[in-house]
Amino acid sequence: MATCTFWIDGKQYQAEEGMNLVDAAKENGVFIPSLCYFKHIDPPLGTCRTCTCKINGRHDPACTAFVKEGLKVEVNTPELLDMRKALIEMMFAEGNHFCPACEKSGNCDLQHMGYELGISTSRFPHLFKDRLIDYQPKRMIMEHNRCIKCRRCVEEVFTKDGKRVFMYINRGNETQVGIDYGQEAKLSEQEAENAMKLCPTGAIIVRGKSLSQPFGDRKFDLESTQQHFRHTITEKPKVANFEKKTIATVSLAGCFGCHMSLLDIDTDLLDIVELVSFNKSPLTDIKNFTQRCHLGLVEGGCCNDENIETLKKFREMCDILVVMGECAVWGGLPAMRNTIPLGECLEEAYLNSVTSEKGENTVPYHEDLPKILDRVYACNEIVKVDYTIPGCPPSANHIWKVVHGLLWGEDYSLLYSEFKYD
Amino acid sequence: MSTHSKKLFPVEPPRSGLLAELWQEQLRNNHISKQALKKLADKHQLSDIETEGVASFYHFFHQQPAGKHTIYLNNSIISELRGYERIRETFERETGAHMNSVDPTGSFGLFQTPCIGLSDQEPAALIDFLPFTNLNALKVKEIIQKLKQGKTAAEIYDTPLDNIRFTPANDHSIFFAPYSAGEAIKKLNNLSSEAVIEQLRISGLAGRGGAFFPTWKKWDTCRQYESPAKFIVCNADEGEPGTFKDRVLLNNQPGSVLEGMILAGYTVGAAYGIVYLRGEYRWLLSKLETEIELFHTLGLLGKNIGGITGFNFDIRVEIGAGAYVCGEETALLESLEGKRGEPRTKWFYPVEKGYLQLPTVVNNVETFAAVARLIQMGSFDYLKRGIPGSAGTKLISISGDCQRPGIYEIEWGMTVAELLDLCGAEDPYFIQVSGPSGECISVREKYRRISMLDLMAQKDIRCGGSFMIFSSKRDLVHILMNFSEFFKHESCGVCTPCRAGNFIIQRKLERLQNELADMNDLKELRNWGTIMKTTSRCGLGKTASNSILQSLEKFQDYFTARFAGTDNSTYRKFDHHAAVEEYERYKP
Repeated sequence: MATCTFWIDGKQYQAEEGMNLVDAAKENGVFIPSLCYFKHIDPPLGTCRTCTCKINGRHDPACTAFVKEGLKVEVNTPELLDMRKALIEMMFAEGNHFCPACEKSGNCDLQHMGYELGISTSRFPHLFKDRLIDYQPKRMIMEHNRCIKCRRCVEEVFTKDGKRVFMYINRGNETQVGIDYGQEAKLSEQEAENAMKLCPTGAIIVRGKSLSQPFGDRKFDLESTQQHFRHTITEKPKVANFEKKTIATVSLAGCFGCHMSLLDIDTDLLDIVELVSFNKSPLTDIKNFTQRCHLGLVEGGCCNDENIETLKKFREMCDILVVMGECAVWGGLPAMRNTIPLGECLEEAYLNSVTSEKGENTVPYHEDLPKILDRVYACNEIVKVDYTIPGCPPSANHIWKVVHGLLWGEDYSLLYSEFKYD
Repeated sequence: MSTHSKKLFPVEPPRSGLLAELWQEQLRNNHISKQALKKLADKHQLSDIETEGVASFYHFFHQQPAGKHTIYLNNSIISELRGYERIRETFERETGAHMNSVDPTGSFGLFQTPCIGLSDQEPAALIDFLPFTNLNALKVKEIIQKLKQGKTAAEIYDTPLDNIRFTPANDHSIFFAPYSAGEAIKKLNNLSSEAVIEQLRISGLAGRGGAFFPTWKKWDTCRQYESPAKFIVCNADEGEPGTFKDRVLLNNQPGSVLEGMILAGYTVGAAYGIVYLRGEYRWLLSKLETEIELFHTLGLLGKNIGGITGFNFDIRVEIGAGAYVCGEETALLESLEGKRGEPRTKWFYPVEKGYLQLPTVVNNVETFAAVARLIQMGSFDYLKRGIPGSAGTKLISISGDCQRPGIYEIEWGMTVAELLDLCGAEDPYFIQVSGPSGECISVREKYRRISMLDLMAQKDIRCGGSFMIFSSKRDLVHILMNFSEFFKHESCGVCTPCRAGNFIIQRKLERLQNELADMNDLKELRNWGTIMKTTSRCGLGKTASNSILQSLEKFQDYFTARFAGTDNSTYRKFDHHAAVEEYERYKP
């Protein structure tokens, strides 16, 4: 085949004519993110839409386009970058992705893509749909909470007699990938492991194999695929004269892990107390605000009405409101209950659990107790949040850089290892 | 169920019959059991999950018993306006079955389904796939009583009226002029395939499924591919809510539709025709089969049709099983092949690689009927109808807040105002043209013309086939909610923006409905709708947010009046009462 010339974002490149655009771009050092594209699946699936570009003026996925002479492609315009980010955020909002508790963390394409595109929070409300974890297959566990329906396994995993092991079932928002127990049992150990590797998330888990590669030593653990990874705050607050600043912190429906991380600032804490003073905070044990604060740091989401009251107080008393950690950003681990009705949760915990004696237990209810909400709410569902620090927990450096940067209006950048948290 | 008539279709693999086999099973046992799925899987050498995947895609197939009598109540917006809630309650009370379940005795299964193509006689339901129209509480009670007494649905169903309310004056009707089978085919003796295409080109006929692709271009491209077999597929999967023109055509003029398909076969060199009839129109099957038989008797189907040596053509009917997305032509082809109705990526058009990867012409019912009439009258006569650049007439299904819902055959060029007058629209305010995926217009635009012109400039309205009229008393957010629920349910589920996007949009609309939204929510709705529109894989996802985007644009005053005043607030609206309601149940 002949070589042809094509353009990406105004720059001229060359590739073999008829080559897939994702591959041709990659060969020329241009990264087009994709989750469903797999070189040897033909025709390409075009399901995840993450590689959407502007091709000769039309929005189309790069994975279903070929390079040809004179092709003009836009890849990294602000509009497309945002759209791509939105699609990944949509996947996070649609499924129930709890990265800190996932076996695939560090080897997960979806998680990786989240980092690469600099996602710190999803603009979409999390759907918290109750999804199945299927333990029935012989070798595998199907974790439907994590499936993004990319279709790779459907098109790629076959038994020796040519039968499909995976197939889409249902339709619309109920669509999921079904697994054929009979055929799955016929796969060899190696074939099963390949299926797990093929999955861009942690939806296909092979029993006994999921943790064989240690965390910290995984594909995406160490560095970004982008050469100059920079995660910077774009919007700078007004620069104030140097003065000692006041901070308030609180942990709502969280585990205090973010506060622990805060303490990891270590000996630098000695410098910090020179710069800031803490008002209402578990660190000082001041229960109520005694003055207006420059910045409020909130850990955890809202699971009861007391959380809501506290959060509103923070909004009222703090100039800048920063939420830190996954729980505050979108609900996090406490939000695992959001897929199940509150009544079921309470009855399972207080009335029907193995350790409870029949007829001897009640669901706690007292006028002095906070009222439990129907689900866990993210902070930004209750009040306006100015900044978010993602992480479970965010690293100490990350937190301090953000706080410092915000209070004194200084530019800062994060290392990949500081931004990457799970 | 397929209706294999005398001639067989030699090139088809057995799997193409899968949908028909699933139908057989569903009708025989009121559901498709695990064993049955397994048996079919073995027969076609598929894994069990694959047949389950196909069966679970179509909502008329059940894997649990769906009752001795299966009731599908239409939940489209028109049905809602006409009293869906009351009818649902009555059905639930009379049958003892809750919505989406079967009563304890297993006699009645009660389910909801999107538009069943009877918007002119709502509320309507299908019982055992037969239509029951203009329902009211009393009528429902009687129906269920009769069924309980042992009558079958076939003995008591309603024959839906055609409700053809208007045809153009001066004998300008195209679709409902007197028809006699074979008139157009007779002309073929003096018309080469090139000449047919030339007639189509001159007339400017364009696809009536709503995309308005020039028919001559489609046929001419298909004609030029060399292939051992080609197919003509009639898309009778009229799923767009509010649209029922194809139902009326198939009921009133089935001959002209078949004749159009035969003409297509002649023109592109195809010998096989398939009508893909939506499951909701199963009650029209016998009508079509009778007509096909008649055509065989008349020598209009079979070998050497119309005395033209070597021109062979046969038609059979395949039945869909409840999936709106199968109206998308490539999804329809997948469905015909016995697969899940998922649209294909647009690598090839069906004219090159369609059914079984062979050249295929897919056209809408109305297009085929128009071709038959056009060839019969000649393009010279055809061009006398309509306006320059947009010749001919158009069938429009009208429903909603008007006195005379039904079918209107209008000449292209009529204004919206004239049409609203004709149908006796009552205080029209919001009009959804061409269904939820189409265009929404405000009554302020009523002087716009309806034609095929100026799509890009948005001057004229290209109507795919329906007008749903809503008066100013209707709740706009409620209408949008209904549409969004529809898309959420009907998305094929393959691509992220459509599968997740419609779900997310619906959650947002819920906020609007619960008065928890502010202007910022409207802004987000607009942005998210645009993302879906830009990144979705097929037409369904690309158009699903149309009505939201356009109504935000065109009914700004409505939305501002309802949601303004709280944007950029420090505190989000939050329904405290609703959030603790469940917990309060545990108060001792």
